[in-house]
Amino acid sequence: MQAVQASLKRRYAAERRFRFLGLSAVVLGLVFVAILFVTIISNGYTAFTQTHIALDIHFDPQQIAPNGDTSPAALSKGNYAALVKQALREEFPEVTGRNDKRQLYRLMSSGAAFDLLNRVKADPSIIGTTQRLWLVADDDVDMLVKGHFDRDLPESDRRVKNETIAWVDKLATEGRVKQQFNTAFFTHGDSREPELAGIGGAVAGSFYMLLVTVALSFPIGVAAAIYLEEFAPTNRWTDLIEVNINNLAAVPSIVFGLLGLAVFINFFGLPRSAPLVGGLVLTLMTLPTIIIASRAALKSVPPSIREAALGIGASKTQMVFHHVLPLAMPGMLTGTIIGMAQALGESAPLLMIGMVAFIVDIPGGPTDPATALPVQIFLWADSPERGFVERTSAAIMVLLAFLISMNALAVYLRKKFERRW
Amino acid sequence: MLKKTLALAAMSATLAYGSAQAAAARDYVSIVGSSTVYPFATVVAEQFGKTSKYKTPKIESTGSGGGLKLFCAGVGVDSPDITNASRRIKKSEQEKCAKNGVKEIVEVKVGYDGIVLANSKEAPQYKLSRKDIFLALAKQVPGPDGKLIDNPYKTWNQVNASLPNEPIEVLGPPPTSGTRDAFAELAMEGGAKKFDDLKKLRKSKDAAEIKALMAKLGIPESVFNKKGKKVFKAVAHAIREDGAYIEAGENDNLIVQKLEANPHAIGIFGFSFLDQNTDKVHGSIIDGKAPTFEAIADGSYPVSRPLFFYVKKAHADKVPGMKGYLAEFTSERAWGDEGYLADKGMIPMPAEERAKFAAAAKNLTPMESL
Repeated sequence: MQAVQASLKRRYAAERRFRFLGLSAVVLGLVFVAILFVTIISNGYTAFTQTHIALDIHFDPQQIAPNGDTSPAALSKGNYAALVKQALREEFPEVTGRNDKRQLYRLMSSGAAFDLLNRVKADPSIIGTTQRLWLVADDDVDMLVKGHFDRDLPESDRRVKNETIAWVDKLATEGRVKQQFNTAFFTHGDSREPELAGIGGAVAGSFYMLLVTVALSFPIGVAAAIYLEEFAPTNRWTDLIEVNINNLAAVPSIVFGLLGLAVFINFFGLPRSAPLVGGLVLTLMTLPTIIIASRAALKSVPPSIREAALGIGASKTQMVFHHVLPLAMPGMLTGTIIGMAQALGESAPLLMIGMVAFIVDIPGGPTDPATALPVQIFLWADSPERGFVERTSAAIMVLLAFLISMNALAVYLRKKFERRW
Repeated sequence: MLKKTLALAAMSATLAYGSAQAAAARDYVSIVGSSTVYPFATVVAEQFGKTSKYKTPKIESTGSGGGLKLFCAGVGVDSPDITNASRRIKKSEQEKCAKNGVKEIVEVKVGYDGIVLANSKEAPQYKLSRKDIFLALAKQVPGPDGKLIDNPYKTWNQVNASLPNEPIEVLGPPPTSGTRDAFAELAMEGGAKKFDDLKKLRKSKDAAEIKALMAKLGIPESVFNKKGKKVFKAVAHAIREDGAYIEAGENDNLIVQKLEANPHAIGIFGFSFLDQNTDKVHGSIIDGKAPTFEAIADGSYPVSRPLFFYVKKAHADKVPGMKGYLAEFTSERAWGDEGYLADKGMIPMPAEERAKFAAAAKNLTPMESL
């Protein structure tokens, strides 16, 4: 009795210890997730707004259409940067020196001139008028307004000079500097000017890539799973195939990238940097995941359903496609969505097939050159300009939002269609 | 459900096939190469894409060596048109190119890049000589008896009494990087040359003399080469592996962040990153010269290197927009003294050199064999 009492105490202590360790492991994990989210969000949320400056732009016919020709082709040749420069000069007539003027012109982004071009193209009647327009400011001004530069440092240690700060402050007191929602961040392709750079091209690239991946991996994966689970005889060959599928699921993704380079690009001659090749590589990568999930879903359908179908005279194919497959479909879809989420976040295999590239034009199809979201994050993280720091975090937030919603969809589908027997 | 997915698969397969056919003739310029030239080439490409009727060129950052490998793979739409390099093409690479049918290559030098050694603003600025850098970072340095010994120095003031008593902790690029090659060539060799025996070894072409010098320095016989310069390079380029030099990856932003967190460390990276982060780090003075735009441009800052790109002449007429891209890159508004590339941190070449390479790019003059 005494011995039992003594050991009981020890056993309770062991249990408490284990519970405590388990709980602290969970808490530690949550703390790291919280730190990750807090740093990314606090770094990145400012990227969703962009500093704009109001300027009185005179649409000088001399600069835009000297011959009076207002066809779009002629309008594209206009010198719109000169309009921006003129507006700045009129705003600050005291600036005269050549270097000072250059510095003044740097208040505005080079995107401002393209903005003016688009406005004139949309409505040529504004030529000759003077309008107060909100135009995109340069990334250095943006960083200054958002408080990323320390104004107290000596001038030589700052990227923005005293004059620039004075100009921006003057405009700000007149209410002509404001933060607008950064639509360019979602619609533009990549750019080397942080204020013009956007994730539009990367999102389109990721979309085409996932389209190819899901169109190939879902039917192939499901077909393979059905064959292996319902039709294939159990022998040494099917065992070997099963072991290999499980092994493939654990192969590092860069290996699939190398395979893609050798097979799709070098052998079949498909274009480099194309979402088509990226999708094919990611198909290879996600196939094992989908096959394993689909087989598990098929296994979970009780044998009584199969026997009942066969018992009333259904053929084996009818039994599978009319009865087993619909019941297993929610599980298969969950597996596919999780596989797609994995594919969306993958960047290593894309390195090998040339998708780590500077691509400005937004891809219009699966064979146009494109990057993907994780690759865009990698490229921005490596850029020297300070404006890219917040944009990197903002792009991570967008990627995480996609991943979380895909996983949430998987959970929702499972909850909604799950059947328990 | 299944029918739909099958139909979707069939549809996308036909779509893919159709557009794969369309891609047989490429309508955009494909560029690969150095990650150091990448920030400059991309600006030019973007500007070109916005102001011309052509598509924006596609630029991959593969590193100088990787870029030349792809470039030299052959002629045709599936190989790149231009490769960027932060060092000159090697003779072996040129030969490989010629073997694969890439015979006419146009060489265009675009400007200079300074390599800086920088540390946090919280710590004092270092005043280094190239000899100090060699002694602090080389794997083997001349010991008291003149023989090479494993680097014994742990702090900067052991290297040079005028330097602060701080542990040697340098974050720099890995051996695959062009920045590392240039750093070894310019800073480490420059420092190694300050030692008489090593300097003689570098100049020597006489086998007996090289052997004698190697014996004097204690270099093992296995390193022997007919050219003394090769042996010299083996010594000068070897960077210590005992933890004082930390390979920090290719991401220079990361090095800047690490320097901010650790004021005792020094980082090695390209000038454009110093230019963007002057509020966080300051560049060390090397041989009496601070790494400023002016000092690198006039060549007085010792650790600067030229940047290049190489053009496949056979593609110039076949790929739309290639000549336009070359004209944009070699225009004064891009690479001139006050061009937009200078704003991005590239150091322009002197005017005569610019004229020479602009002409080469315009007339597509192939380079001679090295």
